[in-house]
Amino acid sequence: MADNPFSNLFGQSPIRPIQDHIKVAHKCAEQLAPFFKASDADDWQLASEIHDQITELEHAADDAKNNLRANLPNSLMMPVDRGDLLLLVAAQDEIANITKDISGIMLGRKMRFPDQLTDLMHDFIRTTIETSAQAVKAVHEMDELLELGFKGHILEVVTKLIEKLNRLEHENDEQQIAVRAALFKIEKDLHPVDVMFLYKVIEWVGELADSAQSAGGKLQLLIAR
Amino acid sequence: MEIIAQHGHILLILGCIFAFFMAWGIGANDVANAMGTSVGSRALTVKQAIVIAVIFEFSGAYLAGGEVTATIRKGILDPALIMDQPDLLVFGMMSSLLAAGTWLLVASMKGWPVSTTHSIIGALVGFAAVGISIDAVNWGKIGTIVASWVVSPLLAGTISFTLFMSVQKLILDTKNPFQNAKKYVPLYMFFVGFMIGMVTLLKGVKNTGLDLDFGFDSKFLNSMPIGILIGIIVAIIGGYMLSRVKENTESGSRFANVESLFAILMIFTAAAMAFAHGSNDVANAVGPLAAIASVIGSGGDIVTKSALPGWILLLGGVGIVIGLATYGFKVMATIGRKITELTPSRGFAAELGAATTVVFASTWGLPISTTHTLVGAVLGVGLARGIGALNLKVVGNIFMSWVVTLPAGAGLSIVFFFILKASFT
Repeated sequence: MADNPFSNLFGQSPIRPIQDHIKVAHKCAEQLAPFFKASDADDWQLASEIHDQITELEHAADDAKNNLRANLPNSLMMPVDRGDLLLLVAAQDEIANITKDISGIMLGRKMRFPDQLTDLMHDFIRTTIETSAQAVKAVHEMDELLELGFKGHILEVVTKLIEKLNRLEHENDEQQIAVRAALFKIEKDLHPVDVMFLYKVIEWVGELADSAQSAGGKLQLLIAR
Repeated sequence: MEIIAQHGHILLILGCIFAFFMAWGIGANDVANAMGTSVGSRALTVKQAIVIAVIFEFSGAYLAGGEVTATIRKGILDPALIMDQPDLLVFGMMSSLLAAGTWLLVASMKGWPVSTTHSIIGALVGFAAVGISIDAVNWGKIGTIVASWVVSPLLAGTISFTLFMSVQKLILDTKNPFQNAKKYVPLYMFFVGFMIGMVTLLKGVKNTGLDLDFGFDSKFLNSMPIGILIGIIVAIIGGYMLSRVKENTESGSRFANVESLFAILMIFTAAAMAFAHGSNDVANAVGPLAAIASVIGSGGDIVTKSALPGWILLLGGVGIVIGLATYGFKVMATIGRKITELTPSRGFAAELGAATTVVFASTWGLPISTTHTLVGAVLGVGLARGIGALNLKVVGNIFMSWVVTLPAGAGLSIVFFFILKASFT
């Protein structure tokens, strides 16, 4: 007996793989906290180990993304728009990509933030990871969205989660401005090339939070029909 | 005439064997489609599904299978034109059974989504148009049947769409889904009981010899009170089963408890599905046999008005059950493993939508495809944005096989018809 037509009617639902993907991407971003600690302590052995982990997680996220895309043929009828879904995955994937870029360049140049910036940077990284965690929370609701046919009171719940995500990202922006201002004050005493890259890393950390927010935005697009 | 007198017994025995082969095939494949949803949503184990299928397939076939059987037996051919050639009718019915059975066997091995109903109708039209004459086919009736093949998935889709929406509105999208499920699920159970009760009363009374008269004008109204009573009894039994489910607050998902209530509802809809399937699909096997038996029984006359012998429906019912028990359970287990997309709250909507449509078609005497109707119902739930992913390519394949099955069944039955005719004359 070959395949049964009735069982083949059901394709692989993209909801679960999407949730798994953002979980991996977030796990990747979480590594930034210990990574910055290691860099502050000038422990490049440890930093290199954490970077390896980040790379591994980034690969896992890439695999998950490719697998997801490969299982989304045009002939699949889904409760959500295919294009919006792919945009969501792309945004989620950026979280992992940017994390890897940050740890890569910091490890390569053995970058260490000046002591005056340590506390500010610590807060900045913390809200970045919180923003990413909030995006995971919102995407996690897709289960329930599906159960309710993407309508009803669950939409309000998701909208609230995304509002909080936007607030976190805004807070993150403020912190980025504060870190930059602090760096500006002391930049004359530092090596110009190093300063250039410090600004670069600050920008990337901000972009990481932006990607998390963007994932939330795509989720909102997905359910706004 | 002499052929019938001379070979009557052999022909009848052959007819029984072919019909049994066909019924076996229906039980082995088709039933699995009908019941796979319940197994796939983990509402029933394969064993439980088999027990329910055996009981309700059989009662559906026996109590409500007569109408579609009559259509297949004498609705498709114009009796006036074959009145003087009873032997051709017997050969034709036999070759149709053999053709449909063979085509189903080939298709199942290749994994093509063909319908038993479409095969047998194609086969009947084939032998009649080529073996007898184009005019021997009752084209008006064929038109109605083909139209019903288009309408039935649409209707089932609409019903299941509405059912799923009502579940969301009344139960899932509320503050306390568990309490609301306990309140509203018995309503759906009532509907299941009422529907099956009505169909049995309207169509099955002939077999049971029960006469109901509450002094209303129509048979339909006369059946109403008992139908409602059956619905209420079913709802009470269901309500009792629901009341034994305790809410488990430990569980992770908010809807896990609610789904356990819908799983109970699915036992009822699975029964309805089996009943509906039995009532419609048994005819594909026993309709032609009934025609053969009636010609041979009357010694060569084509009797337009003759009662359907009970043993023929019995043979069909037993054939389906044996097919299910010997092979169907394997198919069911395979489907069950694969369909994980359907939670009980969605599966029930699909099953009830399909069962209602099929049962209605049965009462009208329209032979429709249960599988296609169920696919339509599943699409209905999908359109309500209730299913993660549906493969529309499969729907395309089903439509294609739909188109191919008719000429395939026709061609095979023409070949068998001339072989049979040549070997007996």
